[in-house]
Amino acid sequence: MPHDHDPDHPHSLLPPEPELRVKALESLLVDKGLIDPEAVDALIALYENEIGPRNGAQVVARAWTDPAYLDRLRADATAAIAELGISGRQSEHMVAVENTPDTHNLVVCTLCSCYPWAVLGIPPGWYKSDAYRARAIREPRAVLAEFGVTLPEGKAVRVWDSTAEVRYLVIPERPDGTEHWDAAALARLVTRDSMIGTGLPTLPGTAA
Amino acid sequence: MSRAHDMGGRFGDGPVPIGGEDRVFHEDWHARAMALTVLSAAHGAWNIDASRHARETITPQDYTRFGYYERWMAGLADLLVARGLVREAELVNGAAPAPMAAKTLRAEAIPASQRLRVPYTRDGGAPRFAPGDAVRTLNHSPNQAVPGGHTRLPCYAMGRVGQITRYHGAHVLPDSNAHFMGEAPEPLYAVTFTATELWGSGAEAAGDMMVLDLWESYLMPADG
Repeated sequence: MPHDHDPDHPHSLLPPEPELRVKALESLLVDKGLIDPEAVDALIALYENEIGPRNGAQVVARAWTDPAYLDRLRADATAAIAELGISGRQSEHMVAVENTPDTHNLVVCTLCSCYPWAVLGIPPGWYKSDAYRARAIREPRAVLAEFGVTLPEGKAVRVWDSTAEVRYLVIPERPDGTEHWDAAALARLVTRDSMIGTGLPTLPGTAA
Repeated sequence: MSRAHDMGGRFGDGPVPIGGEDRVFHEDWHARAMALTVLSAAHGAWNIDASRHARETITPQDYTRFGYYERWMAGLADLLVARGLVREAELVNGAAPAPMAAKTLRAEAIPASQRLRVPYTRDGGAPRFAPGDAVRTLNHSPNQAVPGGHTRLPCYAMGRVGQITRYHGAHVLPDSNAHFMGEAPEPLYAVTFTATELWGSGAEAAGDMMVLDLWESYLMPADG
């Protein structure tokens, strides 16, 4: 073993290059029978292809179009989201926070990078960055400006630091001019960032 | 009394690195690091709080220079050894092939495993506080049992006055669970602070608010 190895931190025994480090650990865990190599691929494929922000967009679109659903979402978001077949890892205790003309909501996890995986998928790189974790809680407006979001005068910002197992889903304001749209069409306007609070829904007519 | 991960409010990080989001995982090894971490947890040798604590206790030097998934890998390697699933020498030399363990999560069980809801709520005593109550957070780490131990009260919110805005029920206490000292469930509350209370004259806008989920033992009555 390397003579400078730190007994509290065996990870320093692995190769320094991150890619080789992961490879070494994966080979070891597979050899020891602690990991099924096919499960690695299945898990990655699940989060690359199936569990993502389209889940959350369905929740938002339903909340915009169905007042009884919105009431249930306010009363017990975990149960209301599960009605749409969405539940699981890192989304065990959901709370929906609604943007209004007076308040804009923004979600961060300053201590790690907690995020509602089952509802929004794997968090984007910027959400896991030190800059976002450090700054969103102290200067949310400066951070929002970097995302191109400028709030109207008089609108307050409410930042949610995900310090427990409660996960917050932002319900953005429904865009004007969508009064006759159905939930499926509306869901296409709901961006991932609009459900974290760093973005707003796509405006009708500008959807890609 | 803090560690490198407790960075809320810190200066000097520069702009948020927005972009490069054409893929869910920027690098293949990021995806594999995520998978190894999630799959290793299936053996039940630790809990989510211990897993967070393992990442937090890598040295400040390593924490700072590592990217997100490198922190995950370091935390995982340390936990695997600390909990006896892997021996130190095996990290260097590898291990002889062995049959798959009974608890190893198989590929076919993956979709259901990720959609399973495992709540952190527990039966607990009556909450001491109610929505509307003014509370003050502890002015030091709530984890007095373990020096430098795990806690979810960030430094920027210590010794501050806020208002209870929601009761979440009794939840597993990370300060205890991370150290395998029991789940010790406690009432959990959303506590709302004004930006001015947290950041003083550095607040961007007086009307802004910050909300944290805090356990009852982190809190005392504001007038107490």
